[in-house]
Amino acid sequence: MAKKKNTEEPTAKPAGGLFAYAPAPESSAAAGDIATSYGHFIGGEFVDSSGSEALKTVNPATEQVLAEFAQGTDEDVDRAVAAARKAFADWSALPGSERGKYLFRIARIIQERSRELAVLESIDNGKPIRETRDFDIPTVAAWFFYYAGWADKLDYAGFGPNPRPLGVAGQVIPWNFPLMMLAWKIAPALATGNTVVLKPAETTPLTALRFAEICRQAGLPKGVVNIVTGDGRTGAALTAHPDVNKVAFTGSTPVGRAIAKQLAGSRKKLSLELGGKAANIVFDDAPIDQAVEGIVNGIFFNQGHVCCAGSRLLVQESIQDELLDALKRRMATLRVGDPLDKNTDIGAINSAAQLARITELTDAGEAEGAERWSPDCELPGTGFWFKPTLFTGVSQAHRIAQEEIFGPVLSVLTFRTPAEAVDKANNTPYGLSAGIWTEKGSRILWTASRLKAGVVWANTFNKFDPTSPFGGYKESGYGREGGRHGLEAYLDV
Amino acid sequence: MSDTTYARLDVLKTYKLYVGGKFPRSESGRVYEVTDAKGEWLANAPLGTRKDARDAVLAARAAVKGWSGTTAYNRGQVLYRVAEMLQGRREQFAAEVSAAEGIGPKKAAALVDAAIDRWIWYAGWTDKVAQIAGGANPVAGPFFNLSTPEPTGVVGIVAPQAGYGHSLLGLVSVIAPAIATGNTVVVAAAADAPLPALSLGEVLATSDVPGGVVNIISGRTADIAPTLASHQDVNALDLTGAIAADGPGAARALEAAAADTLKRVVRPELDPFAQDWTNAPGTDRLLSFLETKTVWHPMGI
Repeated sequence: MAKKKNTEEPTAKPAGGLFAYAPAPESSAAAGDIATSYGHFIGGEFVDSSGSEALKTVNPATEQVLAEFAQGTDEDVDRAVAAARKAFADWSALPGSERGKYLFRIARIIQERSRELAVLESIDNGKPIRETRDFDIPTVAAWFFYYAGWADKLDYAGFGPNPRPLGVAGQVIPWNFPLMMLAWKIAPALATGNTVVLKPAETTPLTALRFAEICRQAGLPKGVVNIVTGDGRTGAALTAHPDVNKVAFTGSTPVGRAIAKQLAGSRKKLSLELGGKAANIVFDDAPIDQAVEGIVNGIFFNQGHVCCAGSRLLVQESIQDELLDALKRRMATLRVGDPLDKNTDIGAINSAAQLARITELTDAGEAEGAERWSPDCELPGTGFWFKPTLFTGVSQAHRIAQEEIFGPVLSVLTFRTPAEAVDKANNTPYGLSAGIWTEKGSRILWTASRLKAGVVWANTFNKFDPTSPFGGYKESGYGREGGRHGLEAYLDV
Repeated sequence: MSDTTYARLDVLKTYKLYVGGKFPRSESGRVYEVTDAKGEWLANAPLGTRKDARDAVLAARAAVKGWSGTTAYNRGQVLYRVAEMLQGRREQFAAEVSAAEGIGPKKAAALVDAAIDRWIWYAGWTDKVAQIAGGANPVAGPFFNLSTPEPTGVVGIVAPQAGYGHSLLGLVSVIAPAIATGNTVVVAAAADAPLPALSLGEVLATSDVPGGVVNIISGRTADIAPTLASHQDVNALDLTGAIAADGPGAARALEAAAADTLKRVVRPELDPFAQDWTNAPGTDRLLSFLETKTVWHPMGI
């Protein structure tokens, strides 16, 4: 195994004179050994692909290649599904208490190896180490710990006595929270007695492959978890596989639609967590400073690569100027740059393709007449970067008010009455999340009850917990992940 | 004393659609013959069209706000009122079910009784479902966090066309759970057995169910169901009665059409003909057309 050295660190001038921080870099070596090339994890072993096509994953902050990995073929998918099928009988017959203990073990090993996973996730994805360390990896461990406890309590979950697993689950996850999305998929599937074949995203396969090692350390029976890497072709082969009983997908609405169409007429159970265009509504009595923090967290967390990001700011007209002034002051202090620096707020855009998508949509925003603003900040010379960006004068018809940008770009719209705020918030085919900022409790409940969104954050934003169901209305998908609700997607109920 | 040398001629009913609380004829102006199990003519039913289905979706959408906004207690009383009205017309429905399904009068009457009781079952659920489907979530942080079920919106229903008791009991078993939770529905009535469905519209119209909450269209499944499946303003699709093996009215085609707008879809049973609608309904259908909304708020002083 040859180790890749990441000697080239991205550099950016820290923003804001008063807040100039000295560099506080985490060591990329803490990510552990990264192989030069990876195969799949099937039946408890790392195996070569039947094909010869290899893909590369790069560090988006440096554009350096981290590793090569296999483009999964139909035959690879077939092998993985067969391994999962073979493992299903014993795994589903295991007493729930024993299944749960494997998941508890996994949770504990993730906690033990959290620094390694946090660094690996940061360099493969581009997100700041502060977020992987304080949010992603702790949430991953919490998710396994939570569902571990369900494994022997399914009789009490409200689905009738002795609910049965579905069989083999085919799971396809996105690149924005690679290991966390893996946990959201694998933990409930295994707790309920299913076996899985999971395909990580083609720009972020490394933590999933590292997770395979964790499964081995935990002594998880062979074939219960299988990881097949590759791009959308591999994903399509997995979701279409005739011996898969359950498909779980998190990603874009167009792909979700295609999968739903593909599965029409089959008996496969499907859960979809798709795009969003969340409204973050700020009423005139909102605590401005807290609201500004919430807006910043809502759209700049994880570079805005968040399906539930608060990408549409709906501000009451009377406080527009005051709020935007405060927001711009706050944005000017955001530090964009080296994801491994512990002081970094906004890391690298995950890929060149995503950067192009963000650029295309923001160009459209300007072309359609919205006014663009970004703080003065210097971006590193290599890697994929995008300045935190604000659009004012946005109309509901603008593309930047309708389409998911999936980047650090906030579209600001205004309203006069609560009813207008609700109408504008709901004026989208999506319905994943929403935010409400007001000091008036009755107004929160009035607004929350009218918003067509699966998660509503009031006076907070982008909070997640394994006990809390997450998922969308309308074209943001169906099914819930998290909590008791999250079990249903993996049970024959 | 009148001269009674002739038998009195019965007054036949003109069967009509039920849309937006009114009883229109089909916009097509056309009807089709409905026969009993032996092929004897029973009535002419309106041949509902795609346009009729679209009109019904408009009515259903308009009714969502009011119906989903009523209290659960109120919805429960309205559903109970449906049972009361159905009870009063027991004999009429027994005759229609008997003719529609080709079963004896006693069995048909028992099926009507079961349909009445099913309304009662769901009437009692309206103000309890939130407590079994929602609740507080103990998140690891200083937050109030509550999940509550909400209605999905407009549900398109392909009414049961097979199984013991499908014509009325099956129909009630798919409509009642959807509206109990605050959804509104557009129903494609069983093509070969539409009369109990069209008569049910008359019961609903006199049961305090607001117009538009339930809309019932008779006609060809292959005309009406695809319109519901592809309609942008329908949120969910119940394919229970999509029993055609192929063609535009088959479950596969309808589910594929529904995928374009990511509708929630309830698939038909593996063998719809083996379904016995007298079986206990459980909570599956009640929970099928709900969205879970989770609200967070920080705790603090």
